[in-house]
Amino acid sequence: MGEALTDKKKRLRRSMLFLNAQKPSLIRDAYLYGPDSLMFDLEDAVAENQKDSARFSLYNALRNIDYGRSEKIVRINGLDTPHWREDVRCAVAAGCDSIRLPKTETARDISILEEEVFKAEKEFGIEEGTVLLMAAIESARGVINCMEICTASDRLFGIALSGGDYTKDLQTTLSPTGVELMGARQHMIIAARAAKVQCFDTVYTNVNDLDGFRHETEMIKQMGFDGKSLINPRQIPIVHGVFTPTDKEIEFAKKVVREIEEKSAQGIGVFTVDGKMIDIAFYDGARRTLEMARASGKLR
Amino acid sequence: MLNAVGRDIPEEILEKVHKVPFMGNGHYDGYEIKKTGPKTRCVISNGKNKLVSSIREALELSGIKDGMRISFHHHFREGDHIVNMVMKEIHEMGIRDITLCASSLGKAHDPVYDYILDGTVTGIEASGVRGKIGEAISRGYLKNIAILRSHGGRVRAIESGESKINIAFIGAPTSDDYGNLSGMGGKNECGVLSYSSVDADYADKVIAITDTLVPFPNYPCQISMTKVDYVVKVDEIGDASKIATGAAKPTTDMKKLMLARYCTDFVTKTPYYRIGFSYQTGVGGASIASTLYLADRMRGDGVKMAFGLGGLTKPMCDLLDEGLCGALFDTQDFDTFAIQNMHHPRHYMITAGEYASPFNKGAFVNKLDFVILAALEVDTDFNCNVVVGSDGMLMGAQGGHPDTAEGAKCSIVLVPLVQGRMPTIRDRVTAVTTPGESVDVVITEYGIAVNPRRQDLIDAVRDSGLPLTTIEEMKEKAYSITGEPKDIEFEDRVVAVIEARDGTIMDVVRQIKE
Repeated sequence: MGEALTDKKKRLRRSMLFLNAQKPSLIRDAYLYGPDSLMFDLEDAVAENQKDSARFSLYNALRNIDYGRSEKIVRINGLDTPHWREDVRCAVAAGCDSIRLPKTETARDISILEEEVFKAEKEFGIEEGTVLLMAAIESARGVINCMEICTASDRLFGIALSGGDYTKDLQTTLSPTGVELMGARQHMIIAARAAKVQCFDTVYTNVNDLDGFRHETEMIKQMGFDGKSLINPRQIPIVHGVFTPTDKEIEFAKKVVREIEEKSAQGIGVFTVDGKMIDIAFYDGARRTLEMARASGKLR
Repeated sequence: MLNAVGRDIPEEILEKVHKVPFMGNGHYDGYEIKKTGPKTRCVISNGKNKLVSSIREALELSGIKDGMRISFHHHFREGDHIVNMVMKEIHEMGIRDITLCASSLGKAHDPVYDYILDGTVTGIEASGVRGKIGEAISRGYLKNIAILRSHGGRVRAIESGESKINIAFIGAPTSDDYGNLSGMGGKNECGVLSYSSVDADYADKVIAITDTLVPFPNYPCQISMTKVDYVVKVDEIGDASKIATGAAKPTTDMKKLMLARYCTDFVTKTPYYRIGFSYQTGVGGASIASTLYLADRMRGDGVKMAFGLGGLTKPMCDLLDEGLCGALFDTQDFDTFAIQNMHHPRHYMITAGEYASPFNKGAFVNKLDFVILAALEVDTDFNCNVVVGSDGMLMGAQGGHPDTAEGAKCSIVLVPLVQGRMPTIRDRVTAVTTPGESVDVVITEYGIAVNPRRQDLIDAVRDSGLPLTTIEEMKEKAYSITGEPKDIEFEDRVVAVIEARDGTIMDVVRQIKE
């Protein structure tokens, strides 16, 4: 895997804002609110007989609007629908950064998608491997198969929990405590970390309960998640706030990065920073902390 | 003839309205004028009864006749019953050729449309016209040219005698039988009667209409018995639910919140944000949100406002209650909380003249540091349009927009870049109401554009990290979304003139092409 691809896969994705791809006024301005990723939805938000017009609207938006630093992800329809192949062609031709596959259950699902993305890249003269993938886990089977999904493709940068469908599959409902999601969350984050890909939490559906949203975001951050799916731009500053490192964390991360770079040049592998034992394993984490500090504006 | 904002004002229109084109802000600064006084029918006898049985009787006693100019206030907003009640009587009396001189006219006054068609009403002077009256004027149904004036401009026109009021009608939430009037108390409370003050001072006849008679004397009064000829008691002067609603819920519209955030960030980066600054804002979602953000910043920074001005809502009153603001000077109350806050000892009613008239010895707007405004359109010279819709129809009101924009040291206009499918920022506005030289900053969700005339403000925020852009870049961005708008086609006939504060002509509004 090339360094560029690794960097693309590891980019900061604290906030993924879902947008109905069919609504021009929505997809025109949403990047202004500063989400790390925009998730243009061709699936659930779009009625069955409106898939064509949503693709048309999405294609023109992605071709014509400068989305600045926000990543452009397209959620296509599932592999069990007649739409997904055309969705892939549209997304790739329009120049999306990534594609999200809903209802992923096996590594084979990812392979099938990858094949189609490859064909579309070829068809539209786009360099092979440009478009990344992510998998949405929406069933018990998907959760159980997380590890094989995470390692199914070099293009796959992460997995995301889709709580609504998952709880249906579990034969329960979403609750304020989120206890029904705990097993999936734990399993997914462990699998994602084992496979060295990112992991994203599900949406918080009560857009008016910003305190509840903040609480849940704090929890999933502590669990190790990289970010969260969002359905309202008002949730963006809250996620970013939660994911903004403290001054103390930033200072420590700066020291760690500096010390590791200096010490490794001197051939020293293990040393201490502020009384804590540090080795190369801390390097990526410290860099991620600094990246989050920069993204929040705390570090220039 | 081209005026100072580059609008072509036809000579024949200038002659018809006896006016000159706008010559730039401050043209009449230091100019001496003579005000004209009203007729006063003296009441010396202690047996005089001012209370009359009906609006019809008051009209007859006041000598209503064809061709008169009559006036109204708009403190009851869309809940007003006064205009329609009075006009119905006048129409039934067969009176014709009336000019309505109101501080504003809204959709509540749609019945006036029919009186325009049948010639009962042939002239309209107002800060703004909405609904069917706007439609009637834009379609060319009004016989005479309508005159649109700012709140300050209206006071100037009345005081100078340019707009001579024969009979003023003042809807009063409470009155005694001798004409001491107040916006407080009664079943249709509106808080203040600021816009009526000049009518009471300068009209030949003043008729108070109330639905709540209180024992004499109704003190403290806002308009004194010394100016009131007759008092009429009716069942309902208005619809309380439309006069003032409960405090609006803070907006959850992310775009408005962004405008508000940018606005507060900008305000707090300017040198005018300091202990003892002054501030006015509007009632739109972004304006209210910016007041809430500002309050947070003031708490954090330990900065207190000396005074707040203008039309008031709960968030401004909260600043007063919390001690973040030293005093409020009130011209209009937009929610029930603001009305009740009138009981605060440092919440004062001021008259429209004290608020904004350019032709007195100094008004409150001249002491404003910040005003936060909205607009329908802004052009690349920062000229604003707040009265004509992008379809050419009259649909808005100047209010205090031109007054506060000129007076304030830093006037900020908050607008979404695109409204519906029309660009808000454009090469040319449909009509100019507020000249670009009065407008210092335009904020959209795409960034902040400071008027190049204000190099001092540009310097103050240059390294602030704010998303600074230019008005031209904003326009290009808007056009990239909507395409370049085509000019609307109008007929040649001028149906309204937009007066500058000083009475010169800022622009004309032509009949729409059907």
